Amino acid sequence: MNSSPDQIFIGAANRLAPWVRRTTGRRHVALAVAGAVVLGLASILLDQYRDYQMAEVAASAVAVAGLTVLIGLSGQISIGNGAFMAVGGYVAALLFMHLQWPLIAILVVSTLAAAAVGAIFGVAAARLRGPYLAGATLMLAVALPFFATRFSGLLGGDQGLGFFVTVPGFLGATFSPLRWQAWVNCGAALVAMVLLANLVRSRIGRSWRAVRDDEVAAALAGINVARMQILAFIISAAYAGLGGVLLAVVVGTVSPSLFTLSLSIQLLTAAVLGGLGSLSGAIWGSILLVIVPTYLTNVATSHGLTQATSSSIPILAYGLVLILVMLAFPRGIAGGISRLIGQAPLSDSESPTAPPTSWRRRSPAADRKEKGRT
Amino acid sequence: MVEFLEFTLQGISAGMIYAAIALSLVLIWRGTRVLNYSQGALAMLTSFIALEIEYRTGNYWFAFVGALISGLIIGGAVERLVTRQVINKPPLNAVIVTIGLLIGIEGLAGVFFGGNNRSFPTPFSPVGLSIGSVALGITRNDIFIAGAVLLAAGLLAVVFQYTSIGLRLRATAFNLPVARLLGVRVGGMLTLGWALAGLLGALAGMLVSPSTLLSPNSMDTIFVLGFTAAVIGGLESPGGAVVGGLILGIVLSYAGGYLGSEVVNLFGLAALLLVLMLRPTGLFSSAPARRV
Repeated sequence: MNSSPDQIFIGAANRLAPWVRRTTGRRHVALAVAGAVVLGLASILLDQYRDYQMAEVAASAVAVAGLTVLIGLSGQISIGNGAFMAVGGYVAALLFMHLQWPLIAILVVSTLAAAAVGAIFGVAAARLRGPYLAGATLMLAVALPFFATRFSGLLGGDQGLGFFVTVPGFLGATFSPLRWQAWVNCGAALVAMVLLANLVRSRIGRSWRAVRDDEVAAALAGINVARMQILAFIISAAYAGLGGVLLAVVVGTVSPSLFTLSLSIQLLTAAVLGGLGSLSGAIWGSILLVIVPTYLTNVATSHGLTQATSSSIPILAYGLVLILVMLAFPRGIAGGISRLIGQAPLSDSESPTAPPTSWRRRSPAADRKEKGRT
Repeated sequence: MVEFLEFTLQGISAGMIYAAIALSLVLIWRGTRVLNYSQGALAMLTSFIALEIEYRTGNYWFAFVGALISGLIIGGAVERLVTRQVINKPPLNAVIVTIGLLIGIEGLAGVFFGGNNRSFPTPFSPVGLSIGSVALGITRNDIFIAGAVLLAAGLLAVVFQYTSIGLRLRATAFNLPVARLLGVRVGGMLTLGWALAGLLGALAGMLVSPSTLLSPNSMDTIFVLGFTAAVIGGLESPGGAVVGGLILGIVLSYAGGYLGSEVVNLFGLAALLLVLMLRPTGLFSSAPARRV
């Protein structure tokens, strides 16, 4: 009896299914492999501009994933992750220029460099709460670009440094550089996402959620609160750093004008829009963040607005999105999707982050709430 | 020695601007437990409104008053329309919403006024003053800056301390449910607090824009330094905010004067980190009681 290709495929899928279902880690790997296949096909079938956009989405998704874990799971906030992206990007460019390391080594080492800077900052950040933390990270985003002008000999000042990824020889001379960039970025992003997805579902992820929901209870349960918060900050900085390198791959240079405050706020917008704490949300948010601004700018320009005016419209849109999503759909796209398909969310609270009561010394709102309960 | 005096006086003038921003942040924080990250952006918007008024009428003082009034209105409107919706939600929501306001207002200003740097008028001559033949390194305008902020802070202190409305504002900030039980119209007081903060921010924008030039992003750095000043002061105390602004202004003025202007912002970051490491809730605040 001959079996058709269909049956072989179904048979293979049936045999694979129990393997995939057994552990969360395998499910994530399987999802990533499926994602890689889809992205590879898309990259081959679609035109070069889509390659460029895919590379951009991948860079953004990595950085946003780090931020969404920091905010949504560990309950801390950073408005300065663009600064960690800058660390990753600049380290990568320096390694590329002076040492000519292979790409994979550059990716790993610049991610570690951003993690190290994140660790230094995370130690300070773990002592800070709410508005203090947000302000300190905001300062980071505003002040860091000045390093580039202060040390312009090393970092190239406003011009920045070049960072070029060349297509490896075995792919042939005609292979499009844009497609190679998309493959590099999507590959790195998928690996990073699998690692992070596993981490989020692990003991560490559970500890983060415990710390976010109630620091005192978490400490009583034996969790080292400060260590968990610092770890979250390091992970978030590392992912921002990797995102920064991938962004440099797309853009071809690193310069202060790439890593501005508005980049940091774009990351926040994508994380909020996708749904805080959700990795799939980070991807959705990044896709929208890459596609919609270009679309808005094009529409504005075609309606006869000047270049300066149309480039401000996406910024206005980020602001409106942040406000409206926070007021109307605090759990973002991922929350909407899981409500649609009836899946239980990762956290039980209705809000994106459960109230860390310790943020407020004396909150009128919380007082009122408690009065209402008793 | 003359140089030192010059840097000190310039630092006081710059510090007064940080103090005004810090004071507006403290005002909002005490009233609503929200840190308004859009305070700088609001000041930028009112400065653009002032620039339009100046352009139409040619009179600086019309523009000045116009900026203050629009700060009052916009500040109150932001509280009523936006931040009131998140006050019962987790604090992170308020942080994100005010950051949304920050970027949204900057985008709005970019759409209406373009992204270029605009020069901004000063009411007084920017020519350096001197005693005899010794140049002081400050101008009439610097004195106007210091005087305007001190006057505003003094007026606020008098209003808060000696008037009935000030008492109600303080009661609301101190304990909202009790103030409400005692018959204070709490909602109105919160709006008034934001409106007054908007006025202070508008004042800071008018005073700083001649030196920074005006663009949609021009207040970012000023806001962050104002926030640093407020943190040095502890976010709770208006007096601390003014002292924090002065300390920061003078320190940064020395840093910029002796080490070069490009290190100023790095010094600001270092100052903020240092204060937060030593006293995570500011130099002037009492010991924080964490709610369990």
